Amino acid sequence: MNPTEPLLSVQNLKTYFFLDEGTVKAVDGVDFDVYPGQVVGIVGESGCGKSVTIKSVLRLTQKPGRIVEGKILFRSQRVTDADSGSDVIDLTTLDPHGKRMRSIRGAEIAMIPQEPMASFSPVHTVGNQLIEAIRLHEDVSKEEARQIAIERLHEVGMPNPEQRLDAYSWELSGGLRQRAMIAMSLSCNPHLLIADEPTTAIDVTTQAQVLNLLRSLQKMHNMSIIFITHDLGVIAQVADYVVVMYLGRVMETGPVDDIFHNPLHPYTKALLKSIPSIYSPSGTELPTIEGSIPHPFSRPSGCPFYPRCEAFMAGVCNAKDPELQSINERQSVSCFLYEEKQMQPS
Amino acid sequence: MVQYIIKRLLLLPLLLFIFSIFAFVLIQAPPGDFVTSYIAELAASGSSVDQAQIDALRSMYGLDQPMYVQYFHWMGRMLHGDLGASLDWKRPIAELIRERVMLTVLLGAFTFVLTWALAIPIGIIGATKQYSFLDYFFTVFNYIGIATPTFMTALILMWLAFSWFGISVTGLFSAEYVDAPWTLAKFIDLLKHIWLPVLILALDGTARLARIMRANLLDELNKPYVEMARAKGMSEWRLVLKYPVRMAINPLISTIGWYLPLLFSGSVIVATVLNLPTIGPMLLRSLTNQDMFLAGAIIMIYLFLAIIGTLISDILLAWLDPRIRMES
Ligand SMILES: Nc1ncnc2c1ncn2[C@@H]1O[C@H](COP(=O)(O)OP(=O)(O)O)[C@@H](O)[C@H]1O
Ligand SMILES: [Mg+2]
Repeated sequence: MNPTEPLLSVQNLKTYFFLDEGTVKAVDGVDFDVYPGQVVGIVGESGCGKSVTIKSVLRLTQKPGRIVEGKILFRSQRVTDADSGSDVIDLTTLDPHGKRMRSIRGAEIAMIPQEPMASFSPVHTVGNQLIEAIRLHEDVSKEEARQIAIERLHEVGMPNPEQRLDAYSWELSGGLRQRAMIAMSLSCNPHLLIADEPTTAIDVTTQAQVLNLLRSLQKMHNMSIIFITHDLGVIAQVADYVVVMYLGRVMETGPVDDIFHNPLHPYTKALLKSIPSIYSPSGTELPTIEGSIPHPFSRPSGCPFYPRCEAFMAGVCNAKDPELQSINERQSVSCFLYEEKQMQPS
Repeated sequence: MVQYIIKRLLLLPLLLFIFSIFAFVLIQAPPGDFVTSYIAELAASGSSVDQAQIDALRSMYGLDQPMYVQYFHWMGRMLHGDLGASLDWKRPIAELIRERVMLTVLLGAFTFVLTWALAIPIGIIGATKQYSFLDYFFTVFNYIGIATPTFMTALILMWLAFSWFGISVTGLFSAEYVDAPWTLAKFIDLLKHIWLPVLILALDGTARLARIMRANLLDELNKPYVEMARAKGMSEWRLVLKYPVRMAINPLISTIGWYLPLLFSGSVIVATVLNLPTIGPMLLRSLTNQDMFLAGAIIMIYLFLAIIGTLISDILLAWLDPRIRMES
């Protein structure tokens, strides 16, 4: 696979929920690319649209939610475009329940869910669900699938994988359950793995182990990963490239080092200040971002962050929508502070 | 699991014993006894009885003894497998109710199968196609089903059957088979008659069960394990049937327990309207006539079925849900 072309390219994605009370613009113009072998971290406070973004990519958004605009271009090895025969498919054009989307889902793009406990059926064994995942996409017998499943469990560091196949998910510890879930997601060797806050439900020590595991699996299979978290500390551990989201929009993108050492957007800076180890001396109270996230129905016009922004410019930030623009060869930012600088000849 | 079942079975006699005391006290609760109502009946038809005759009757039936003595006599006979004789019908109770119990259980079994066969798919369609035409259609159907008393449904269907097909659909047998011994022909005749009461009772049950199934399934459809199954690439129907439907049915399993006894008593009105030779009308009559041994026997069978029903549903539940299985 050509590493210089994106595996996934999300362009101006808008996913809205049409409720009786009004429209929730959960994702409102999101752009980002994922290259082969890259780990992209999507970070942002809870409710900013991270999960809706990746559910849109997997075409899993349910009514009353709908993708209203944008493209999700994916380089597939199983499906070709109906018209052009190209291997780059716009997933938004596929029927979400159709055969083509289903042969991508789980096989080429796999998901690790937020709550492994609730994401396993409690009345089916782990093995039943793992073997099912394999046989959905690989033409193998039950016995062969069982062997593959044992291998997968072995790969994610599950002790006694053979016995564990016959266990129920609630018989496993939190860490092992998440490992079983990872094994299931990787069962068909996906090219893109989407992990939605995979470590929020487990304790800190196990969390570190799971992150290391994901990193080593990623290298071993040369997968791409979209890693979603509200925790910049986790981003620092796993991501190569970072997408910072706020209220359904992308505020800033860039390689992880630049984001941490040269943050451009006031929101990114504020997020970084709220991490303990980097800026604040021990013993001081952690600064939190001023103000609260606006209610989804009462989104501010203009830049969504302006009511909480330290660098707010009246008449600019609340008047127009800023656009995501590249500032240098690595970082892009959506902020008028930089638009003006760009416009001025230096 | 096996241990659990054995434990439950050992408990059965104890439960029956406790319930039998309650049953006996309850039957005795109304003022007077069988002789009182017998005399009243005689008086109504113009004949009179003198005190000596009354006393003779009382002592013949053992009604002059204290209640606990009567209870132990009754229980003692029951333990020997003797249900006693009906005061009212002057016949052995076992002989009197055998066929009625069998027909009632048969009616219950058919109704149960039809109810589930209708309600589960209707509930699934209602939940998966929420707010669609079919969903609204079934919702209205269910409301009508719940709001219409079963005897009303019975009368309407009887009238329709009569005015459209010219058939009279009361009873469970054609006249020539009522007292005939059991043969294949009699069984076929039974099937020709039993469909209407089955349909009437099933319509009522379906409406209730489908509503619960729809609500349960709607809850389950939003659970993360459903989304995970979608994310694996499973087709929608396959995953819905394998995961959330299974979870939505589980709570319904426990209703099987009281289903049979409910049908036993709940169908009294329909059985009366349709003139069915089932146990319900007989229980009603035995209670009004204070035919205490008959009423007692029927209630004991009723309790036995209730306990067995609960046991069956518990076993089913444990079999279907590993979490319950491992606990016990
Ligand atoms: N099914 C839904 N119906 C209505 N609104 C929804 C639904 N799912 C998500 N939203 C809204 O979309 C926004 C983004 O949610 P989400 O993507 O889950 O945030 P997070 O970044 O925490 O993952 C929130 O405002 C949420 O209220
Ligand atoms: Mg989320």
